[in-house]
Amino acid sequence: MSAARKRVRALRLNNRPVEVLAADNTLLLDTLRETLGQTGTKRGCDGGECGACTVLIDGTPRLACLTRTQECAGHHVETIEGLAENGRMSRLQRAFHERLGAQCGYCTPGMVMAAEGLLRHTPHPDEAEIRAALGGNICRCTGYVKIIEAVQDAAGTGAEAAP
Amino acid sequence: MELLPDFRVATPVSIAAALAAGKRHPGGRFVAGGTDLMVNLRHGIGAPTALIDLRAIPELRGIASGTGGMSIGAAVTLAELAAHPAVAAHYPAVAAAAAAVGAPAHRAAGTVGGNLCLDTRCMFYNRSAWWREANSFCLKHEGDTCHVAPTGKRCHAAFSGDLAPALLVHDAAVEIAGPDGLRRQPLADLYAEDGAAHLRLAPGEFLVRVALPPDPWPSAYAKARARGAIDFPLAGVAVALRRDGDTVAGLRVALTGTNSRPFLLEGTAALLGAAVDAAWRDRLGKLVQKQVLPMRTTLLAAQYRRRVASALAQRLAGALGGAAD
Repeated sequence: MSAARKRVRALRLNNRPVEVLAADNTLLLDTLRETLGQTGTKRGCDGGECGACTVLIDGTPRLACLTRTQECAGHHVETIEGLAENGRMSRLQRAFHERLGAQCGYCTPGMVMAAEGLLRHTPHPDEAEIRAALGGNICRCTGYVKIIEAVQDAAGTGAEAAP
Repeated sequence: MELLPDFRVATPVSIAAALAAGKRHPGGRFVAGGTDLMVNLRHGIGAPTALIDLRAIPELRGIASGTGGMSIGAAVTLAELAAHPAVAAHYPAVAAAAAAVGAPAHRAAGTVGGNLCLDTRCMFYNRSAWWREANSFCLKHEGDTCHVAPTGKRCHAAFSGDLAPALLVHDAAVEIAGPDGLRRQPLADLYAEDGAAHLRLAPGEFLVRVALPPDPWPSAYAKARARGAIDFPLAGVAVALRRDGDTVAGLRVALTGTNSRPFLLEGTAALLGAAVDAAWRDRLGKLVQKQVLPMRTTLLAAQYRRRVASALAQRLAGALGGAAD
């Protein structure tokens, strides 16, 4: 990458302003993982098909492997690292943990961020809405049932309360 | 995946500035959401010296509706289009097609103009650089033989945008900006039946807006795909059908995913004036089967795509035509 790097103006990451340099052809996924050391966002297919790199940009799920870092100037990027509050898992993260919504765990950050994006504008989604929102996220352990139950649990729409 | 090529990005805020950027960077590409282009670039397909991001141009933004119909900016995202109440109410095929593109994260980034100008797809083309090189490349890019039809003269890659057929059945026109100014033409004229040159856009030209005429006919869109949650169409069909009592007074059918261009079915006039029954649907199905040209560009058999295109057209027309059986 020989292109000149320049500052990404007014970028916020997980509610904090960040200073970062990126060339025009640098991808957000590389900036997050390689420059900022935020490795919670995973590189899966690396081509927009699997959802492992899902982050929120201004609250909407987007794929970090298809997004240029410079596109994010003036915007708020949220990753899995930003969900915990004071070291405690968010309700959605806890639901994934308690409902066994993670097996190998590789798809989990993307799943959680896609679900987080859904719950922010649809706090009580039905199962069809959850399935649609997670449609672009692949779990190769195929643990989809538990993942959907986890989101239902976090939204309070599950069949039963968490034990 | 390869590294991205070493390009600069320009973000013009007016049509004039975008045209100037196009002139300044003859090796550049126009881009909006980039959900398809970025993947191709990572596959080593093309190495533009510049990307000209069109999304900050006011004329390309927003959806306006009135007595003259509806006007949709080329930089409107597919998510915005799918969620627009007036689009869903009056042009349901358009809303359904927008909602059927990719997954939510693709629709949040992908745009109307990008989907209409989507590159054609083929299982010998949408591959990594080393895969294509090991296979002697192909006619569409860097090679001289079409691996789908080696004795043929042209590329058979399939146009796979969902939006185009839905706009075609609503008789859409497109506004195009270019070095010679703004021009307006039917959407159908944007496309050619050649997988390696399917867009009739001159260098430096880009889509500005899509115009839909008023008083639309009831419409619907459906697609078959390998992965139900997120995939390009193996075949996609849009139908607009106007009824007069029990008979069909107007019919437009358009297809995607089967040919190198999205196209309006010809010969539908012969189906007017009749009621939609099993025999009518059979005639429509045969018409579709005759005009689609699926080739071995996907992992699923061409014959399956031919039949599924026909079945989808019959199903949609049956529902819109109020078939009793």
